[in-house]
Amino acid sequence: MSASDLTLAGETPDVAPQRRLSRLDGRGTALAAGLIFAALALLPLLATAIDDQFLLVTATRIMIFALAALSLDLILGYGALVSFGHAAFIGLGAYSVAILAAHGIDDILVQAAVAILVCSLFAFVTGAISLRTKGVYFIMITLAFGQMAYFFMVSLSAYGGDDGITLAARSTLFGAPVLKGNLTFFYVVLAALAGAFVTLRAVVGSRFGRVLRGTRDNRMRMQAIGFSPFRYQLTAYVIAGAIAGLAGVFLANQAEFVSPAYMSWQRSGELIVMVVLGGMGTLVGPIAGAVAFLLLEDWLAQISEHWKLGLGIFLVLLVLFTRGGIAGFVSRITGRGTP
Amino acid sequence: MLNLFLLQALNGLQFGILLFLVAAGLTLIFGIMDLINLAHGVLYMVGAYLVATLTAYTGDFFLGLALTIPATLLFGIILEVLIFRRLYDRDHLDQVLATFGLILILNEGVQMLWGAAPMSVPIPDVLSGSIPLIGNMRYPLFRVLIIAAGLATALGLYLLVSHTRIGMRLRAGATNAPMISALGVDIRRLFMLVFALGAMLAGFAGAMVAPILSVQPGMGDSILILTFVVIVIGGVGSVRGAFVAALLVGLVDTLGRTFGPILLRSLMDPSAASQTGRTLAPMLIYILMAAVLFFRPAGLFPAKGAAQ
Repeated sequence: MSASDLTLAGETPDVAPQRRLSRLDGRGTALAAGLIFAALALLPLLATAIDDQFLLVTATRIMIFALAALSLDLILGYGALVSFGHAAFIGLGAYSVAILAAHGIDDILVQAAVAILVCSLFAFVTGAISLRTKGVYFIMITLAFGQMAYFFMVSLSAYGGDDGITLAARSTLFGAPVLKGNLTFFYVVLAALAGAFVTLRAVVGSRFGRVLRGTRDNRMRMQAIGFSPFRYQLTAYVIAGAIAGLAGVFLANQAEFVSPAYMSWQRSGELIVMVVLGGMGTLVGPIAGAVAFLLLEDWLAQISEHWKLGLGIFLVLLVLFTRGGIAGFVSRITGRGTP
Repeated sequence: MLNLFLLQALNGLQFGILLFLVAAGLTLIFGIMDLINLAHGVLYMVGAYLVATLTAYTGDFFLGLALTIPATLLFGIILEVLIFRRLYDRDHLDQVLATFGLILILNEGVQMLWGAAPMSVPIPDVLSGSIPLIGNMRYPLFRVLIIAAGLATALGLYLLVSHTRIGMRLRAGATNAPMISALGVDIRRLFMLVFALGAMLAGFAGAMVAPILSVQPGMGDSILILTFVVIVIGGVGSVRGAFVAALLVGLVDTLGRTFGPILLRSLMDPSAASQTGRTLAPMLIYILMAAVLFFRPAGLFPAKGAAQ
C-alpha cells in the first residue's frame, strides 16, 4: 500500500497538520480490520454460548452505524469535508424502505436500489451546491440541507410525519422472508459492512483516492498540477451518501420502524464523533469508533437518564485537554505520528 | 386577504428581527474568530430560562429582563474563558466537536435544573393589549414591542459597528484578524468582547420571546439552524448582511407557510395543494439559501473579500 504514503507537505494554512499524521499504515489497517471482522463473524457463537440473543441485535445495530460512519470517513477523513448532514442519507435510505413497503414493494434489492439512487441524487444536488464553499460555510450548509430533508419528512404526513411509520415486516428477497431471523440479518449486515470496507479501501487506494487525499492536503497544488478538485470531491460525496443510504435500509429493517429522528442533526453530530473517536482517514477507525461510541452511549444511559450530560462533558474535555484534538490524543496513545 | 397578508408580514418581521438578534453575534464570532460555534443557540435558550426564573422570582417581567441581560453577558464571558478561548486556534472539526458537546451539556443541564416540562412566562399586564391596525384588525402590543426592541438593538449595533472605535476594530477583525493583532490591538480582549456581546444578544432574543413561546430544553437548536441559514445568506462576518438575510428568512418562512398552500390551490385541487404546501413551506428557506449560494457563494454581503 504505497498509496497511503503519499503525503504532500502542506503549505496552505487551511489544512491542520496533525490530521494527516495519525494514520495507521496499510498493513496495520488490514490487520486491525481482519481482527475486527473475525471477531464479529464469531460473535453469534458467543451469543449462543452465553445464551444472550440480545447481543446479536445490539451488534447488528452497531454494525449499521459503523457502515454509516465508514461512509462518512471517505469525505471527512480522506476529503477533510466536515459534513454535518450525513444522517439525512440514513433517513432517506430508511424512508425508501418504509415508503416502498407501504406501496407493497417488499423486495430488499429493489428497496436498496431505490435508496442508493435517491441518496446519490440528493448527494449530487446538495453536494454540488455545498462544495462550492469551504470551511465554516460548508459545515453550515450541509447542516442546513440535512435539516431540509428532516423537515420534509416531518411534514410528510402521508407517511407518518413526525410520529414515524411502522413497517409490517422486514424486507424480503424474491418473496422469501430471509431477513426475518436475527442471525441471518446479522450476517447480511456484516457482509455489507465488509463489502463496503473492501470497496472503500480500493477507492482510497486508487488514483481517485490519491487525488482526493492530495486535495485534502494541498488543494492549490492539486489544481496547479491540473486536477479539478470539485469533481473528485463531489464523486466522493455521492459515494458516501449512497453507502449511508444503504445503512438506512438496514436500520429501517432492524427497527421495523422509521421516523424523522433518524435524520436529526444530533445524529449527524454523533456520526462525526464516531469517525473522529476511532480515527479519521483509516476506514477501520470509524468501525471501532462506532462500536466504542454506541457502547459508551448504552453504558451512560444505564447509569443515568441524563447520560447526554456525560457524553457532552466527555467530548468537551477530550477536545480541550488533548493537544491537537482527538486525533492528537489517538496518535499519542497509539504512539504514532506525533507532529 | 390583505389583512391576512399584513398580519403575517408583521409576524414575519417579528420572526426576522428575532433571528437577527441571534445571528448578529454569531456572524461576528464566525467572521472575526473564524470559530464555528454550534452552541450559540443554547445561549438563546439560557436567556429564555433565566428570564422565566427571574420573572417568577421578582414578580416583574421588566425587572427579570433587566437582570437577564447582564446575566447572559456574564455567562458568555464565563464560557469564553473556560472553553472558547482554547478553541480559536483549533481546526473546525475540533470546534464542531467541542461545541456539539457543549450543546449536549447545556440542554441536559437545563433539563436537570428546570425539568423537561415547558415553562411559560406571562405577558406583563401593561403589554397584554393590542394596537389597532387598519380597519378592525389589531396586532398584539407585545409583538410590536419585540419588533421595536429588535430594531432599536439593530440601530444600536449599527452605530457601534460603524461609528465607534470598537466597531472599527470589529470590522477590521472580520476582514483580517492577524493584521489588526499585529497593529497592536489586544485581540484576546476583542475576541472576548465579541463573544460576550453575541451571548448577550442571543440571551436577549431568548428573553424577549419567552412570553410568546414555551420555554423548553432544545428550543435553541431549531433557531440555531435558521441562524446558520441567515448567516450563510447574509455573508459570514457581516452584521448588515445578517440583518437583511434575517428579515428575508423571517418573511419568506412566515409568508410561505401561510400563502404557499393558498397560491398552490390555484394550480391544483385543494387537498393536494394543502399537502404540497405544507411539505414545501418548511423547505422554502433552504431553497432560498441554495439559490443565493448558487449565484453568490460568499453570501449577499461578504465581509471577507476572499471568502471563496
